[in-house]
Amino acid sequence: MGDSAYSFSLTTFSRTGKLLQIEYALNAVSNGRTSLGIAAKDGVVIATDKKVSSTLIDVDAVQKIQSISPSSGFVYSGLGPDYRVLTRSARKNASAYERTYGERQPISQTVKQTASLMQEYTQSGGVRPFGCSVLAAGFDEDLEPKLFQVDPSGAYFGWRATAIGKGFVNAKSFLEKRVTPDILLEDAIHTCLLTLREGFEGEINGKNIEVGILEKETGSFRILKEEEVNDYLNEAN
Amino acid sequence: MSILAYNGAAMIAMAGDGCVGIASDTRLGVQAQTVATTFQKVHKISDTIFVGLAGLGSDVQTLSQTLKFRKNLYELREEREMKPKVFSALLSTLLYEKRFGPYFCEPIVAGLQEGKPFLSGMDLIGAPVFTDDFVVSGTCTANLFGTCESLFKPNFQPDELFETLSQCLLASVDRDALSGWGGVVHIITEDGVRTRELKGRQD
Repeated sequence: MGDSAYSFSLTTFSRTGKLLQIEYALNAVSNGRTSLGIAAKDGVVIATDKKVSSTLIDVDAVQKIQSISPSSGFVYSGLGPDYRVLTRSARKNASAYERTYGERQPISQTVKQTASLMQEYTQSGGVRPFGCSVLAAGFDEDLEPKLFQVDPSGAYFGWRATAIGKGFVNAKSFLEKRVTPDILLEDAIHTCLLTLREGFEGEINGKNIEVGILEKETGSFRILKEEEVNDYLNEAN
Repeated sequence: MSILAYNGAAMIAMAGDGCVGIASDTRLGVQAQTVATTFQKVHKISDTIFVGLAGLGSDVQTLSQTLKFRKNLYELREEREMKPKVFSALLSTLLYEKRFGPYFCEPIVAGLQEGKPFLSGMDLIGAPVFTDDFVVSGTCTANLFGTCESLFKPNFQPDELFETLSQCLLASVDRDALSGWGGVVHIITEDGVRTRELKGRQD
């Protein structure tokens, strides 16, 4: 049996001091479609591979990037249904915050709350951990654009650029070489698409990827239309 | 008689040039009978936020404790100071949450936000008003409005602001049976808070 003797309960530590269910959740993430993000000086870009398992699936009905408030958005790698629970909770929380304090919730607080929810699902009975990691784009309290990652364990990190899901190690080392601290959003979008294309199986186009941008100038988050994504892809050619 | 006028109160918050002041009386009565003359109605929330709570004495104390608790929790969670505007929004939601069983308090908020005065007032269910001159609350608002409208000028220096607040308060409570018996004035500047007590008429 070995390790599996401890995998009956996600809240039981194995002899080696690991929580196996959480490691399995991380495996679910790294098998998922690649998502990545870059925090530029004047905004954040998040993007994801939107390839579907069958040609019969209507890709227009798939939405992987979700806005949480008018000035923040999430993307994920891993299990889609689990992600929906997280966006639902984050949206409710962000709205309640704005209702209470009369100003937008800083992204750090949205992330902290989402991470707390994910942590709770590693220590409660009758549940399993979330099978997805989340990238969150938003503004912090002094309206600087920020990028965060939240893992199934409840750990969260702030990044200048990062990737999750299938091939994230390669994508991250690709980003490391190209992302500078003073990168601007337009540049970041191109770098983002370039990185996504690098690990992409097949031809990349506006239909099989999704891109979301957060602009400092307008203070808003939006998901790019298919044509806009194609325009960016053509600029790179 | 309204429960809001059961214990009696008079308070003013006024803006100056890079400073803001808040003043209140110190009487706590049971209708016409005076019970205490050192009752605290203006509460310090932070170095730059003061709140004046006029109304039922018990609710004044409960609300001030709740507000300090919520402000401390916010600052621990967010690792930053609460701004007066945010505090005012919080107070407003706190009051409206109790829409059908309200705290019998009509608060005024005085604060400094980025060196500029912030003033707001609200009713007992949290409907806010924001002003850039002065706000009043309590059992003699008609008197307070009268004195403030006559004596207020824009861009008072801290010492002028103190004098104006004191005169407005003392003159107003003289014609109100439910407030008076001493007062307290806080002047908030970027350099700190200056608090002075007023003796006032004791009859």
